Amino acid sequence: MTLLPTPSQTVGPFFSIGLCVLPSNELVPGGALRIEGRVLDGADEPVPDAMVEIWQAGPEGTYLPSFGWGRCGTDGEGRYSFVTEKPGPVDGQAPHLVILVFARGLLRPVLTRVYFPDEAEANAADPVLAAAGDEAATLVAESTDAALRFDVRLQGDRQTAFFAL
Amino acid sequence: MTLDPPYDHPEYRSTALRAPRKPLLPLPHTLSELTGPVFGEGALGELDADLTRQHPGEPLGERIVVSGRVLESDGRPVRNALVEIWQANAAGRYVHENDRHPAPVDPNFTGAGRCLTDADGHYRFTTIKPGAYPWRNHPNGWRPAHIHLSLFGRAFTQRLVTQMYFPGDPLFEFDPIFQSVRDQKARERLVSTFDWETTAPEWALGYRFDVVLGATPMEDD
Repeated sequence: MTLLPTPSQTVGPFFSIGLCVLPSNELVPGGALRIEGRVLDGADEPVPDAMVEIWQAGPEGTYLPSFGWGRCGTDGEGRYSFVTEKPGPVDGQAPHLVILVFARGLLRPVLTRVYFPDEAEANAADPVLAAAGDEAATLVAESTDAALRFDVRLQGDRQTAFFAL
Repeated sequence: MTLDPPYDHPEYRSTALRAPRKPLLPLPHTLSELTGPVFGEGALGELDADLTRQHPGEPLGERIVVSGRVLESDGRPVRNALVEIWQANAAGRYVHENDRHPAPVDPNFTGAGRCLTDADGHYRFTTIKPGAYPWRNHPNGWRPAHIHLSLFGRAFTQRLVTQMYFPGDPLFEFDPIFQSVRDQKARERLVSTFDWETTAPEWALGYRFDVVLGATPMEDD
């Protein structure tokens, strides 16, 4: 038996009443990794009604059922943030987070990954980054004083690389 | 085969600056894509699945039961799947600061609910039938009545956000979001069915809405 999947529909502008009631962006309270950034549209304007979800392995590089998921709605400036800890390398891949972004105007979510700027050697050997070719640079976060910064650019010359879902 | 809507759908104006234009990269088939979070009862409050009992008084409007199953494409039920819903009230108004529709807010209705599927993949909500509402996408634009659903499968890449509609809505053919699903049979899967078995006598009409999650990348191989 093969059932056909239920199609996706946009999350719309009012999802926060249902999906952002409980704060879900501190995976590890006081955790050593803060990751933040903005969701930007094709005119470089912030997207104030996007929802960012992450999925990551634990520090040992294993996926755990009860750890590793987070959700953050963007604010008026398109900003999101997570407090967590750095995942370990998984399955021969460099440490990374999986990111899904939902928004008004996205009829289905975009899927991407965030890699770490201090993992040059592991990144160079990562098969997913290698397959991304010229666009691989859009998948590596920037290091700032207090955080890692990763902007999601939905469109334009500097568009983030997204994966087929 | 994907039957999902395209990113770029000019009739839905908000896609213009938000739809990615570059080709999508092939989806990796790694543990990162094949695993996903598991939610427990601890994630839920006692009244989360009954949107008519979350305030001291009864909300206005037509009380309904919405239920169905969450399934894999091979027909297996998805157990303990977190299902989250949100919706407008009976007058077509969301409890959201950016909703400017001049219809009344109902002090007894928030319009948000959560539940986990049982061992057979069943979920069930009691709520109020939402109203249609206008939007400024195009002249005299109205969204057909709908309930937003968000679901988690076994894999993070099975994550689905969709909208459930009600049978026979005259607004279907004019709604660019509903029509963004190009395939007619696929669109029909967004429409719930009126269901006597779900209907609670002398209490609430029942609507059935089954959800089928996409296959995980491994299963596509």
